[in-house]
Amino acid sequence: MSQGTLSSPVAPAVVSPQSTLRRLARRNSTVAFLLTLPLILLVLGLVVYPFFYALYLATLNKRMTRFIGWDNFTFLFGRQTFWDVVFQSVLFAVSAVVLKALIGFILAHVLHALPAKGQRKWRGMLLVPWVIPPAISTLAWWWLFDPSYSAFNWALMGIGVDPVPWLGTSGWARFSVILVNVWYGSPFFMIMYLAALKSVPDQLYEAAAIDGATGWQKLRFVTFPMMRNIISITVLFSLIVTFANFDIVRILTNGGPLDSTHVFATYAFQVGIQSGDIPLGATISLFMFPLLAVFAIFILRGVNRRNKEMA
Amino acid sequence: MAQVTLRKVVKAYDGGVQAVKGIDLDIADHEFVVLVGPSGCGKSTTLRMIAGLEEISDGEIAIGGRVVNDVPPRDRDIAMVFQNYALYPHMTVFDNMAFGLMLRKFDKAEIKRRVDNAARILEIGPLLERKPKALSGGQRQRVAMGRAIVRDPKVFLFDEPLSNLDAKLRVQMRTEIKKVHQTVRTTTIYVTHDQVEAMTLADRVVVMNGGIIEQVGPPQELYHNPKTRFVAGFIGSPAMNFIPGRLENGAGALRIHLPGDIVLPVPAERTDRYKALAGREILFGIRPEHLTEAKNLDRPHVAPMTATPEVTEPMGMETLVHFKIQGAEICGRVDPGASAHPGRPLPMAVDMSNMHILDPQSGRVL
Ligand SMILES: Nc1ncnc2c1ncn2[C@@H]1O[C@H](COP(=O)(O)OP(=O)(O)OP(=O)(O)O)[C@@H](O)[C@H]1O
Ligand SMILES: [Mg+2]
Repeated sequence: MSQGTLSSPVAPAVVSPQSTLRRLARRNSTVAFLLTLPLILLVLGLVVYPFFYALYLATLNKRMTRFIGWDNFTFLFGRQTFWDVVFQSVLFAVSAVVLKALIGFILAHVLHALPAKGQRKWRGMLLVPWVIPPAISTLAWWWLFDPSYSAFNWALMGIGVDPVPWLGTSGWARFSVILVNVWYGSPFFMIMYLAALKSVPDQLYEAAAIDGATGWQKLRFVTFPMMRNIISITVLFSLIVTFANFDIVRILTNGGPLDSTHVFATYAFQVGIQSGDIPLGATISLFMFPLLAVFAIFILRGVNRRNKEMA
Repeated sequence: MAQVTLRKVVKAYDGGVQAVKGIDLDIADHEFVVLVGPSGCGKSTTLRMIAGLEEISDGEIAIGGRVVNDVPPRDRDIAMVFQNYALYPHMTVFDNMAFGLMLRKFDKAEIKRRVDNAARILEIGPLLERKPKALSGGQRQRVAMGRAIVRDPKVFLFDEPLSNLDAKLRVQMRTEIKKVHQTVRTTTIYVTHDQVEAMTLADRVVVMNGGIIEQVGPPQELYHNPKTRFVAGFIGSPAMNFIPGRLENGAGALRIHLPGDIVLPVPAERTDRYKALAGREILFGIRPEHLTEAKNLDRPHVAPMTATPEVTEPMGMETLVHFKIQGAEICGRVDPGASAHPGRPLPMAVDMSNMHILDPQSGRVL
């Protein structure tokens, strides 16, 4: 976009202000900037402003009357619950994303191998978890997990296994929130990977077959490297969304038992809104930023390098 | 290295389209065979069946004496060069070539030796660390060939490997392919729709049309003794002229009577061959290169003829003249010095020793 000066005429010897303006208007980059301006303003308003506002809030005392510098941060560092939340957020995001990526990859392969006719039907059905609003589907899961009416425990009892406290103990509760998140997010990976699979030229597989590759080797040496960029980008995207997840945890466990399933967003909500300490809540939510930035830098660097190397 | 045998090979796609309709072909060890034919005639399908990329509907394919109908491509010990090269974009040139060897568990030193050797033959040594994206079309073509060479397979298969290159590079790579074959001597099956490539590369040319083989033979034989009208018209450029006429028996010698009262004497040594056809309607076939400006008229088999060109095309070393005989488009090749001008009658000579007589109904060369 920036080298859009192709159509601009040779500059006249004497440049009047008006012709400068006209030339500026004719440049593609100017037009492009003007066209994206509404979006840029929107992003500024919805992302940049809240970000700086949160920074500002994080420096205030609980009643928001006094500037207290780093006190909110040092207070958090001293709290065990905060470190539990950091641990749980990372555990939740990383394991959920890895599982989603894995399941999405497998589902995409299975779908890709289906004949074209059956494929559409299955694709549609497998996308269902992703298109239902998570607040609603999580409620359904919550019901399935319910200690007294739990469909899962009922089924387990049917085969003679002891009922499981799905949301009642820390371990099972962590498992359950991850399970629901994986259930909800896998179709997104599946559809992205399916698109990526379809874009790998058939001839590469034929060349690999002739070179002597088994099905497994084709997957490892052709499919996987060809999909690495898509995998990286979907993982990054999903990591951001999962890290900032709110609804599933909030509805399923509300952070319990004993704050063991809190992630940053739910913990910030509880501290900031429910307990009324908005500056501390803002401070908590700010911690997501450096963590995600590190992930993003590493992943995008790899994507960039491969983009340059491959066609 | 091995011979390849096709027995009554049929390929029917879903929906009943028969792309290949039962072909027989024997390819000897070390031989360079070119499959040539118009678009859609089943060349690629045949090649892909030999490679194992396409299932065989009926018949039998054997490589090196072993029937491979149910053998997957990786166990057939063949190498293939694709039209768009199909290089692995995420691997370096070296890895692209080494991939097949790596999968076959060759040790590192041997892989390096083979890749370096192939890189030397193809002169791509300095490119080994690059990715395919950073190569020109011709260089990619070489890498694709290198990938085939390092494997030292029983058979090389090429599917229109030059059609993505510009004209000049195509000629250059054609020579290159021939040189490589003369060095490694691997049995090669090469698909093209370009008859010049077929003629220049092949030990034997297989002309296909509509899923069947029209004729198999060395290039010179196809050129001089085509068996059907299709082959006669397909091999050679510009294509052979076909003029409807009548074979007459006049005073002991056969004559061809063409529209416009052109009468051409059939060479005496062919009298026995055509005797039985006297009096019949025939198709007279003559190549443009045997329809020249008036020269050598003193020789026994050269007959004079006058034509009025409608269009002349100077090509540099020769001039193509186009004229009509009662609706039939005729092309001749004359010396640029012979003053050929549109609309002006031009005395020409027909080299009757290179004429053909075809059956107008069956299209067979008689
Ligand atoms: N997958 C397919 N399904 C149905 N018909 C097919 C399929 N592939 C090829 N065909 C048909 O088989 C015939 C032969 O195809 P093939 O690709 O062998 O032609 P070709 O001689 O290689 O032509 P070209 O010079 O254009 O590459 C064509 O008529 C084509 O339409
Ligand atoms: Mg083809």
